Amino acid sequence: MKFILNNNNIATSLSPGMPLLDFIRYQQHLMGTKTGCNEGDCGACTVLTGELKQDVLVYRTMTSCLMPLGNAHGKHIVTIEGINMLPALNPVQQAMVDNCATQCGFCTPGLVMSLAGYCLDRTPASTEGAIAAIDGNICRCTGYKSIEKAAAQVATLLTDKNEQEPALFAVERQMLPNYFSGIKDRLKCLIMTLNGELNPPAESKPRFVAGGTDLYVQQPEAIQEHPIRFLLGQELLKGITQEEGRCILGASVTVSDLLESAIMRKHFPALDNYLQLVSSTPIRNMATIAGNFVNASPIGDMTIFFLALDTTLELSDGQSTRTLPLRELYTGYKKLRKRPEEYITRCWFELPGPDTGFHFEKVSKRQHLDIASVNSAISITMAGNLIGNVRIAAGGVGPVPMLLTETAAFLKGQAPGTAMIKQACAVAQLEITPISDARGTAEYKRLLLQQLIKAHFITLFPSLQVELLL
Amino acid sequence: MKNIDSITHVSGTSVYLDDVPVINGTLYGAAFGSPCAHGVISELILDDALQLPEVVRIFTAADIPGHNEIGGIIKDEPLLADTHVHFCGMPIAFVVARSREAARAAVKKIRVKITSLPVITDPREAQAKGELIVPPRTFRLGNTDSAWEQCAYVITGNADINGQEHLYIETQGAYAIPQENNSLRIYSSTQGPTAVQRAVSGIIGQPMHRFEVIVTRLGGGFGGKEDQANTWAALCALAAWRLNKPVKYALHRMEDMAMTGKRHPYAADFKIGLDKDLKILAYEASFFQNAGASADLSPAVLARTLFHCTNSYYIPHVTATGWSCRTNLPPNTAFRGFGGPQGMFVIEAAIAKAAHVLQVDAALIQRRNLIRSGQPFPYGQIAESEAPLCWEKLEERFDITEQQRKVKQFNENNSLFKKGIALMPVCFGISFTNTLMNNARSLVHVYSDGSVGISTGAVEMGQGVNTKILQVAAQVFSIPADKVRLHHTSTNTIANTSPSAASATADLNGKATLIACTAIVERLKQLAAVTFAVTPADITLVNGHVLVNGLPSAWDWYQLVTTAFAKRICLSEHGHYATPQIHYDAVNEKGHPFAYHVYGTAMLEATVDCIRGTYTIDAVKVVHDFGNSMNTDIDRGQIEGGIVQGIGWMTMEEVLYDRDGKLRSNALSTYKVPDIYAAPATIAIEALQTDRDNLAVFRSKAVGEPPLMYGIGAWFALQNAVRAFHPNADIPFVTPMTPEKVLMALYSTTNPETNHPHAETVSHLGIDQ
Repeated sequence: MKFILNNNNIATSLSPGMPLLDFIRYQQHLMGTKTGCNEGDCGACTVLTGELKQDVLVYRTMTSCLMPLGNAHGKHIVTIEGINMLPALNPVQQAMVDNCATQCGFCTPGLVMSLAGYCLDRTPASTEGAIAAIDGNICRCTGYKSIEKAAAQVATLLTDKNEQEPALFAVERQMLPNYFSGIKDRLKCLIMTLNGELNPPAESKPRFVAGGTDLYVQQPEAIQEHPIRFLLGQELLKGITQEEGRCILGASVTVSDLLESAIMRKHFPALDNYLQLVSSTPIRNMATIAGNFVNASPIGDMTIFFLALDTTLELSDGQSTRTLPLRELYTGYKKLRKRPEEYITRCWFELPGPDTGFHFEKVSKRQHLDIASVNSAISITMAGNLIGNVRIAAGGVGPVPMLLTETAAFLKGQAPGTAMIKQACAVAQLEITPISDARGTAEYKRLLLQQLIKAHFITLFPSLQVELLL
Repeated sequence: MKNIDSITHVSGTSVYLDDVPVINGTLYGAAFGSPCAHGVISELILDDALQLPEVVRIFTAADIPGHNEIGGIIKDEPLLADTHVHFCGMPIAFVVARSREAARAAVKKIRVKITSLPVITDPREAQAKGELIVPPRTFRLGNTDSAWEQCAYVITGNADINGQEHLYIETQGAYAIPQENNSLRIYSSTQGPTAVQRAVSGIIGQPMHRFEVIVTRLGGGFGGKEDQANTWAALCALAAWRLNKPVKYALHRMEDMAMTGKRHPYAADFKIGLDKDLKILAYEASFFQNAGASADLSPAVLARTLFHCTNSYYIPHVTATGWSCRTNLPPNTAFRGFGGPQGMFVIEAAIAKAAHVLQVDAALIQRRNLIRSGQPFPYGQIAESEAPLCWEKLEERFDITEQQRKVKQFNENNSLFKKGIALMPVCFGISFTNTLMNNARSLVHVYSDGSVGISTGAVEMGQGVNTKILQVAAQVFSIPADKVRLHHTSTNTIANTSPSAASATADLNGKATLIACTAIVERLKQLAAVTFAVTPADITLVNGHVLVNGLPSAWDWYQLVTTAFAKRICLSEHGHYATPQIHYDAVNEKGHPFAYHVYGTAMLEATVDCIRGTYTIDAVKVVHDFGNSMNTDIDRGQIEGGIVQGIGWMTMEEVLYDRDGKLRSNALSTYKVPDIYAAPATIAIEALQTDRDNLAVFRSKAVGEPPLMYGIGAWFALQNAVRAFHPNADIPFVTPMTPEKVLMALYSTTNPETNHPHAETVSHLGIDQ
C-alpha cells in the first residue's frame, strides 16, 4: 500500500485490514490522534483523507478507528501532526485556545481536525456549517459552548474564500503548512505508480469491505485476519447519475455523496434535514449505501430511505450480474438473499415526480449521531385527491427493515384525512413485531411508529387539522 | 488566563497514558472479566489462551504475592476473583502478551465454568434481603414524627434515579515499569496516585516506598478514576513485578464500560409536609443506594446524599435514612456530585409532586423555603447562605416572571410543541466529608535562575487546577506566569495525597502552594530587609521588582533569587495545608463538615415535540456563587461543562443492565452523552460576586461539582412541558427523561394518582430480554 501521511510518503506491506488508527499511533508513533471509543462515535481519532476525484483534490474527515489501512491507499492522510506549524498555532488551534474550548484536551485534536477539514471544504463558510463539521466530535468536559464559539471564529476566517483551490487558500492564509500546496501533484504521481497492490491473493475468498463503518464496529479483529477486497475505491462502484426518470447510484456512494448530488438535492429538497439525522459528518464521509443495505440492520437509515423508493439492486459475483428489489433482500434477521461471493454493484430507483411526496422520519435517544429507535420513510403518489401508489418503510419494528404493505394497501385509493390516518396507524400495528432492547421498549416503538406515520402526513399534507391527530 | 495546557492540547502534543513512549520489551495486558454476575468458579480453563504464540503468562489470584484486596474504605474487593464472582466483568485473570492484539485475542480464548447464584440488581431487593455494605445512617433534625400533624398537606411518593457512565474520553489504563532494587514506576490514569500506590503495595506485599506513581494528566476523570484506576495499575504492577518486564494496559472502551462502576442508581421514598403558606415543615426520605458488588466509595457517596438531601432549603424537621445496598453490578463509584445530585433530585421531586397536587407553581414552594444565614442544615452546620440572593439576582437579571409568561403564551398558541420551565437552586458543601482527607502538600522550588517549579498532589484532568496553582505562585512571587512550571504529579515528590476530587483540589493544593510560596517569600524578604536595612514588612515584590517602602530598589526578582542562592538561603519549601474549622461527629451525625457551601440558582427551559416525543433543552440561565473567581475562563468552562453533563444524566444517558446483571449500554453506540446539538442553545452565567470571607483559595470558591446539579432542572422543565400538553400526564419520577419516557407520558392514560409498584417504575433494570 502506498499513501501520503502528512508530509511523508508511505509504502507498507502491513495488513491492509489494520485500522488506520493503529497504524498511525503504534506504527508511526504519531500520538496526537487519540483512541476514544473504537466505534466512530466520539471523533477523537478524526483524520483528514485527501483524494483526487476527477482531478479535484477533496479532503474529508474520517474516523481512523473504523478506517482500514487499505482505504488510505492512494490518498493523503492528515493527522494533527500534519497540520501543526509549531511553535505557531494555526488559526483553528488559535480559535480553540482563544475561546477556552479545550479542557482535558483528549477530544481536542479530533475537533481541530474536523475544523481543519472545514477549512478545506468547498461550500460557502458559515457558523452553522462549521458546527456541522464537528457534529461527530464528542467532548465530555466543555459543554460545547466554547467550542461553538471557536467554530464561529473559524467560520469568519473563511468568509472571503473564493473559487480558489481550498488547500492553496489555506496555505496562503497560513492556516495549513506549506506542503499542502504540493499534495495534488504528489497524489497524481502516486496514483500513476499504483498497480494492484490492494488486490487480495488470487486463490483467496476475500471478504468485501467498503467504508468499514459497520464491519469495524462489529468484528474488528475477525475482519483483519481475512483477505479483503476493498470496494470503496473502485471507480465502477461510484457516481450518481440520472437516466430519464431513473436515478442510478453506485454501490460505493457514501451518504456524503448523496448530500452533494445535484440530482438528489433537486428531487429531495429536504435531504439535508433527513441526512443530518444519519450518523455524523465523518461517518457519512465513509459509510456507503450498499454497506448499509448488506449490514441488514433492522434500523438502517439508508435502507429505510431507499426501501420507500422501491430501489432495485444489481449484484455481481465477479462473473455475472443479477437484479433484486431491495425489498426482497432480507429473509430474516441479518439474513440476506445474497451469496457470500456476491456484492452489490449499483442500484436505481424512479425519481419522484410532481405528484409524489417523500418524507423521512427518525427518532433516537439522542437526536443526532445515534441509531434510531424507529425510523420511517414514505413515498406517496397522488392520483388527483386520492392516494395512488404509496410505500411506507419502517425500521426498528421487526427483524428486518420493513415495508408496511398492509398499511399501504389500506391507504391506497383514500383521500388523506385525520380519521383515515388514525386507522392506518391501527393497521400498521398489526403488521409490526417490535422487541424491547436498548433502543426502547416494544410498547414505545409501537407508539412511536404510529406517531411517525402521523408526522409523515402532517408534513406532506399541511392542510390537515393537526389537533385531531394528537 | 487560559488553561496552561491549551497549546499542547490543540497541537496534539499533550501526553496521556497511552502516549507515554513504550520501552523496548514492553508487554501488554488484558483482563478477562466474569461473564456471569454472581456465582462460584468451578473451573478456569486457560490452556487455549496460553497456546497463542505471543502470550507470555496469564495471572490469576493465586499469583498475587501480597493480599488479594484493593478495597479502599472497606476491605471487601479482591483484585482478581478467586472462588466467587460478584458482577459481570469482575476480573478473573490477567493475560500478558507481546502485543495488544495477542492479549485481547487470548482473553477471548479463556473459558470459565461458573455455578450461578441468584443475581440481585435492584437495591430495594438487596435491602430487603439484608445485603448491606454498611449499616444504614440517619440524619435527623427536629422531630418529623410530631411534625406531620402540624402540616396542612402531606404528600408521599417515590423516585428511581438511574446511574451515569463517566465516559471520560480517555479510557482507564496503567503502565508499570520495573526499576532497580525491586521497585516499580507506574504511570496511571488516576485521580488518586496515593490510592494506586497503596493498592499496589498491598497486592505486591511490599512497602509503599517501592512504588512511584506518576500522573501527567487525565483525559477526563469525573470521579471515575478516583478509586477505580487502582485495578489496572495493580494488575500491571503484579505482572511487571513477577516478570520483571514493563507491562502496559490501556483499556478498550467496551472493557472500560463493562468492568468499571458508574454513578450510583438510587431508589427513594419521600414524604413531605407543608403548612398552608407552603412552608415545608417536615421531610422524610429513604434512600436505597445501588452500591454494586463491593463498597468502593459507596459509604462516602451515601453520606453526601444525606448531607444534600434538603438541597438549598431549610426544613425544621428532617429524617433521612440511607441504605448502601449490595447488588451484583460493578461497584459504583464517585461521579461529579458524589451522591449529592441524587439527594437533590428526591427533594425536588417531592416539591414538584406537592406543587402538582396543590396546583401551584413549584417555584413558589422552592423560593419560600430557601435556607437563610443562621439556619441549620440537618447535620448541624449553620448556613452562611447565598441562596435567597442567587434567586433574587436571577429574577432581576433574567426576569423569571416574564419568562414564565412567555412560555404560557407559547403553549396557548402551539399545539404541536410545548414549552416547560423549571427553577433549580443548588447548595453544595465543599470539603471531603471524611475530615481527615482535607489536607494537601505542595513542593515549591525556586531555581537559581529565578524560574519556579511546583509539584503538588493535584491531578490535572481538564478542570484547570494546575493553571490555578500556577496563578497562586505567580501572584505570591509577583512574577510572570511563564516563569512558573507545574510538574507532573508523583508520589515521590508529594506523598499521602487525597485524590483530586470533591471540588476541593484547587483549594487544598492551592492553599498548600500559597503556604510554600509565602514561606520562601518571607525568607527572601528577610534577606532584602537586611540588605536594604529595613524590616521585612517594608519589602514588597511587585511585577518582578523588589520594592522598599513602596519605592523601586536596585533589585529585581532575579537579583533577589541569585543573592539568596549565594547566601545559602533555602529556595525550596514543602507546604502543608489542612482545612481549619471542619469537624464531624459521625455517631450523632452532627458537626461542621464543610469549609463552606457553594450556592446558585438556574432557570431551565425545554421544548417538547408532542408528535415525536423528542425535545430540546433551550436555555439555562444561572446565577452562580463564585465567591471571587480567580480564573473566570476556567470557572465558566466548568459551569458550562457541568450543566451539560447534568442535563445528559437527566435526559439521554441511560445505563441499562439486564436482569442477569449484564450491561446492555456497553458502548458509545448504546450509551449516548450530549453531542454539540444536545447542548442548550443558550447558557447564560451571571456571577454572584461575594466578598464574604471563606476558606477558598483567594476566596475563589470551588466550582467543579456544583454546576452539574443545575442540570437536574432539565427533568422538571420537561415534566412541565409534558404537563402543558397533558395536564394529568402520568410522569413517574424516573430518570433519565428519554424521548421514550416523554412520548409515553404525553400519551399516558393511567390514573396519575395510582402509586406505581416499584417494579413498574424502575428504569435501570433490564428491558433487553
